[in-house]
Amino acid sequence: MSTETVHSGFRPDMSVVARANRIGLWLFLVSETFLFGAFLSARYFSSGTLKPDELNQGFALALTIILLLSSISAYLAETAMRYNHRRKFIFFMSLTIGMGLLFLVGVGTEISEAIHLYPPETQYGTSYFMLIGLHAFHVVTGLTALGIALFLGIKGHFSSDDYWGVEGVVKYWHFVDLAWVIIYPTLYLF
Amino acid sequence: MKYLIRAVIFGFVGYVAGVALTLAIRGGHPTDEVAVVIGFIFALTGWLAGIGGLEAFGRQWIGKTPQLSEDVTWRRYFQFSGDHKVIGIQYGVTLFVVLLIGGVISMIMRVELAAPGMSIVSLDEFNKLMSMHGILMVAVAVAGIIGAFGNYIIPIQIGAADMAFPRINAVSFWLVPPVAIGLLCAPLLGSFDAGWTSYAPLSVVNDSGQILFNMAIITFGLSSILGGLNIIVTVITMRAPGMTWGRLPIFTWAGFATAILSFSITQFLAGSLVLVTMDRVAGTNFFGPDGGTSLLYQHIFWFYSHPAVYIMVLPGFGVILELVTTFARKPLFAYKATVGALFAIVGLSVSVWAHHMFTSGMANFLHGPFMIMTEAISIPTGVIFLAIIGTLWQGKLWFRTPLVMAFGWLFTFMIGGITGIFLADVAVDIHLHDTYFVVAHFHYTIVGGAIFALLAAFFYWFPKITGRMYNDTLGKVFAIWVTIAFNLTFMPLFWAGINGMNRRVGDYPDAYANANRFASIAAFFLGASFLLFVGNMVWSAFKGPKAGANPWNARTLEWQISSPPSHHNFLSQPVVVGHPYDYGAGDAPHVVFPDAEGPADGTHTEEGPV
Repeated sequence: MSTETVHSGFRPDMSVVARANRIGLWLFLVSETFLFGAFLSARYFSSGTLKPDELNQGFALALTIILLLSSISAYLAETAMRYNHRRKFIFFMSLTIGMGLLFLVGVGTEISEAIHLYPPETQYGTSYFMLIGLHAFHVVTGLTALGIALFLGIKGHFSSDDYWGVEGVVKYWHFVDLAWVIIYPTLYLF
Repeated sequence: MKYLIRAVIFGFVGYVAGVALTLAIRGGHPTDEVAVVIGFIFALTGWLAGIGGLEAFGRQWIGKTPQLSEDVTWRRYFQFSGDHKVIGIQYGVTLFVVLLIGGVISMIMRVELAAPGMSIVSLDEFNKLMSMHGILMVAVAVAGIIGAFGNYIIPIQIGAADMAFPRINAVSFWLVPPVAIGLLCAPLLGSFDAGWTSYAPLSVVNDSGQILFNMAIITFGLSSILGGLNIIVTVITMRAPGMTWGRLPIFTWAGFATAILSFSITQFLAGSLVLVTMDRVAGTNFFGPDGGTSLLYQHIFWFYSHPAVYIMVLPGFGVILELVTTFARKPLFAYKATVGALFAIVGLSVSVWAHHMFTSGMANFLHGPFMIMTEAISIPTGVIFLAIIGTLWQGKLWFRTPLVMAFGWLFTFMIGGITGIFLADVAVDIHLHDTYFVVAHFHYTIVGGAIFALLAAFFYWFPKITGRMYNDTLGKVFAIWVTIAFNLTFMPLFWAGINGMNRRVGDYPDAYANANRFASIAAFFLGASFLLFVGNMVWSAFKGPKAGANPWNARTLEWQISSPPSHHNFLSQPVVVGHPYDYGAGDAPHVVFPDAEGPADGTHTEEGPV
């Protein structure tokens, strides 16, 4: 989420910095994909597509829709900053964070029920809590990053020339959504 | 020192706060594993904030300009500095200390193994010593060359002023001391005895020291990931004008290939240890009975840990290739094929992991494919050997210490590579699995491939980094001594292993007594050689004669600037105009400094023309 300071004594070229930031973020997301890949393959390796009947399908679908909508509003927030529409940015960013928090509360509710229906000792519970926990951790870090971007945006940072901070956190947020798009069918559908 | 003290205080307060928070929420004892995990996370956060994270990241998050240490005195080595040269030295010194600690532990193990029966430690303590030795040395091998010399040399070799992300680079180093502290504090909680591999389910049920191992190694993984990512971005975006991919020095290529492995698959190591940690503290059941499976751990773990041996040796290949071309005064043989071989190893390395599991009970049909893939990886490795030998062939060899060390590397790693073929073969492996043959084999590959290359790198770049020259005669004596002593120590263990001596156990039948007594005596001969090395290097770093900018008459960029390099490496923009290894090609320069004062013929240095 940061504009890295490259101390280049003789080549203060901002395009290099922007390119480095983009490649760095994408590589970080690739790396994260490996982590999610490890846990997803652990799920299929240890319990296949086993799932209990008690799963609350409607609720999970609602959570998925909220998270996907938050990605759209995150995108709108990024676009708003690209065109210097600060008020629009603040609105959509707040909306994104609101939906993210709603998702987090929903996941919390799910977990509080799941802990009785299929506790972590059970075969499904093991995979369920691992993947949900990993994803929830990423949602928390993503919301923190979005929150910092919103705070800086309100304070007047970022502009159409320099909105890397916004772009970076929004891309990360898209990644968190994408991870859920794979985790959701893994745990609830297949 | 102010920041270091602040970091220690913040780390300690963080640990206490984490433990207190856990106790407040769920009760229990301060040494409960949940409390330790939460405490470790808080301590790590406090440590990073204290060492300089507050200034480097925190300020930016509240809208101020971030600050990095700009100190230029010796104190910068204890601060959150973004300078890649400082970070390289921090890595080098820290990991060398860890190497010596691991070495001392191995001496204790060899004393115990000198004769059958238990003498100075119990069987249980032996397992713990063995595990500690293993993980410390693996950490040194994984991060030694790439952390110290990758950080120091790669940006200079590509003509950059620093890494792409100096702050992230600083984070990746400052994550290492907590790893060392975590591992060395593990004995307070009963240490860990599951080996560096920490196979589940043993690692789920053993003493609580294992939890510190898990947290420390997950942290170490994070450090590797950030370091790897930084190197990739640096090489892609920060190359000097004219530094095309076809002109990249081979050490940079090797570091780049290593970084591709370490930034991605290290997540699997962290993942496997997170699963173990969850089994221990959160009540999940990945590896226990009733639905868990220990094969899961082995698959995830080896998916990282086999490629990890290439994370260890690929930079070693880079070092050796770099210095044989310098000391043979010849162009690097088959440069393009060598680069291709490096990436072939990267690609193949993720398809061989289950050769560690031939006796684990995985499906039989997997044995054949993994055997073939493992043997296939010896082809690109052979190409690299061919490149080294082809470069040496009919070269005008200049026998200075780095080249002598490179010959030690060549012989030792060759034995390691050849014995690997036996272990890849299913039928033979079923006999040799878990014997001292394996111990000897991986010491030949990792010590021979990574640690010897690390030593060679020390000898090669020491004059650049310190600006002073070590005693070359003592250096050669050390290089020959360490090679002979290493072979004397580990060669008998092949014999013991073939005859069935079990690894990881502190006792053995009388039949192996002679081989072990021999190995133990030779081990002390090996250990003693490091006193010479440390003495020579430490004395020379302060009192050695001035080395000058380019003592080896090498062509790559790091040798065209002063020793040690100035703060931003180059005083003027370097422009690359030719291949780095055209030794003997007359006046064809690798790099020119068009804006520099003085002759622009590729021999420019900051001290004037040479």
